[in-house]
Amino acid sequence: MGEVNTKVTLCGIELDNPVIPASGTFGYGYEFAELYDINCLGTFSFKGTTKDARFGNPTPRIAECTAGMINAVGLQNPGVDKVIAEELPRLAQCFHKPVMANVSGFSVEDYAYTCARLDKEKQVGWLEVNVSCPNVHGGGMSFGTSPEAAAEVTAAVKKVTTKPVIIKLSPNVTDIVSIAKACEQAGADGISLINTMLGMRIDLRTKKPVIANTMGGFSGAAIFPVALRMVYQVAHAVKIPVVGMGGVSTAEDVIEMMLAGATAVEVGAANLVDPFASQKIVTDLPVVMEKYKINSLNEIIGGVK
Amino acid sequence: MKQSFFEIIENKPLTASVYKMVLAGDTSAITAPGQFVNIKLDGLFLRRPISVCDAEEGKLTLLYKVVGHGTEQMSQMQGGKLDILTGLGNGYDLSLAGDHPVFIGGGVGVPPMYMPVKMLRTMGKQVSVILGFNTKDEVFYEEEFRALGADVTVTTVDGSYGTKGFVTDALKDIDYTYFYTCGPEPMLKAVYRASGTSGQFSFEERMGCGFGACMGCSCKTVTGNKRICKEGPVLTKEDIIWEK
Repeated sequence: MGEVNTKVTLCGIELDNPVIPASGTFGYGYEFAELYDINCLGTFSFKGTTKDARFGNPTPRIAECTAGMINAVGLQNPGVDKVIAEELPRLAQCFHKPVMANVSGFSVEDYAYTCARLDKEKQVGWLEVNVSCPNVHGGGMSFGTSPEAAAEVTAAVKKVTTKPVIIKLSPNVTDIVSIAKACEQAGADGISLINTMLGMRIDLRTKKPVIANTMGGFSGAAIFPVALRMVYQVAHAVKIPVVGMGGVSTAEDVIEMMLAGATAVEVGAANLVDPFASQKIVTDLPVVMEKYKINSLNEIIGGVK
Repeated sequence: MKQSFFEIIENKPLTASVYKMVLAGDTSAITAPGQFVNIKLDGLFLRRPISVCDAEEGKLTLLYKVVGHGTEQMSQMQGGKLDILTGLGNGYDLSLAGDHPVFIGGGVGVPPMYMPVKMLRTMGKQVSVILGFNTKDEVFYEEEFRALGADVTVTTVDGSYGTKGFVTDALKDIDYTYFYTCGPEPMLKAVYRASGTSGQFSFEERMGCGFGACMGCSCKTVTGNKRICKEGPVLTKEDIIWEK
């Protein structure tokens, strides 16, 4: 062991391994840094950040499901100014790699403003632009469900930054490939998918929805096959790198995602159930690679035609 | 916070729906009374947050009410090991107790009262405890609190045991310097209104992770947004904004 190569290159930046905790499951990193050295990760995508501070949706905003969970947090974050002033300096003390900045917005101008602010931050390696959050009324959903709107956001963000722009897509659409292609044509440097799937639960005792907002984003192991299929479809339709996510819980899942066409892989809900999940996946990767006779992860990307 | 495995050494019903589970394992991450643990159960995705009733070196006591799939599954367990995250939440600050604090627990809010009362009694403080239940059949842990040397009042809403009425009816007769409370939200609101001093309230919310990562259990407070699992579950009276 030790001979296998886990390095991949995502939009021109080399990662020690393709494992990336997903936005919304890893805060701004330092909570996990108290548990383990987060520099073992490829990178991580920080909590979805917006122009202004947000509390998000009313509680309850979490529901249990079979092999998964629903969240309707609604982009709670302290706003981009506070993220730059407080969260990033705190992160710098425990993480020494480029971080992926996850950005959300409620207008094209919002996206451009937040990305322009983060563009100046040396710690930020990539901008991951969330056009898909299903939780916010009149917000994210509308951009991610139309090729034109997704392209408009992509173009506006590309104008204000020199950093690689990765557009994070929603699975709650009829044709995700057409949206991915529209983002590519508008200048996106990468595509990440999938965000959570719109879901719902009802409490039989109260006969009301568990989630205060009625619906929320379904994530966790249950969505892995759907995510894998969409990653496969998109990766074969675009030339830019794809970051795969959705229900990834093991090193085996990471390799499946890469065979389907992902250059790097995000780990989401698994971090919430087992705070050491991402670290374990990083540790397990070389072992699983040996088992399946994979010498270099780079060579298996898109291996399934 | 610490992730470790605990061995179940006792698991028995105290009432028709409340169980006592005693576990052996590493309790070193539990740094304050009023914290909680988060338990992984086979076949269930999210962990189950349960308040700590008592923690000694190597020994953890949990009292839980069967309310859903997770606690139902727990109640069936006879022995075996559980993957548990310990040391979650802020817990109660006992430095503000004064000379004669009162602890007010309602229903399944009773368990987290035990460890702080035990600690204050060990320090020789005079401590009053009010345990509120709906009816006689639901009463548990009265003797355990009495064994600590606390002045215990039990209230039942239907008057079938102890003082008839709500915990706030018993609170009127006690001269206290500070209070600590945990229970259903209507009870917490009543205590908030009826109390004549400052105090600390322990809250519940549906959680994703239980350690501050998902922001699922946030609430608004006078001093800003707080995560019930991280900056809570204990909030001071002055910090609370009642929303619902």
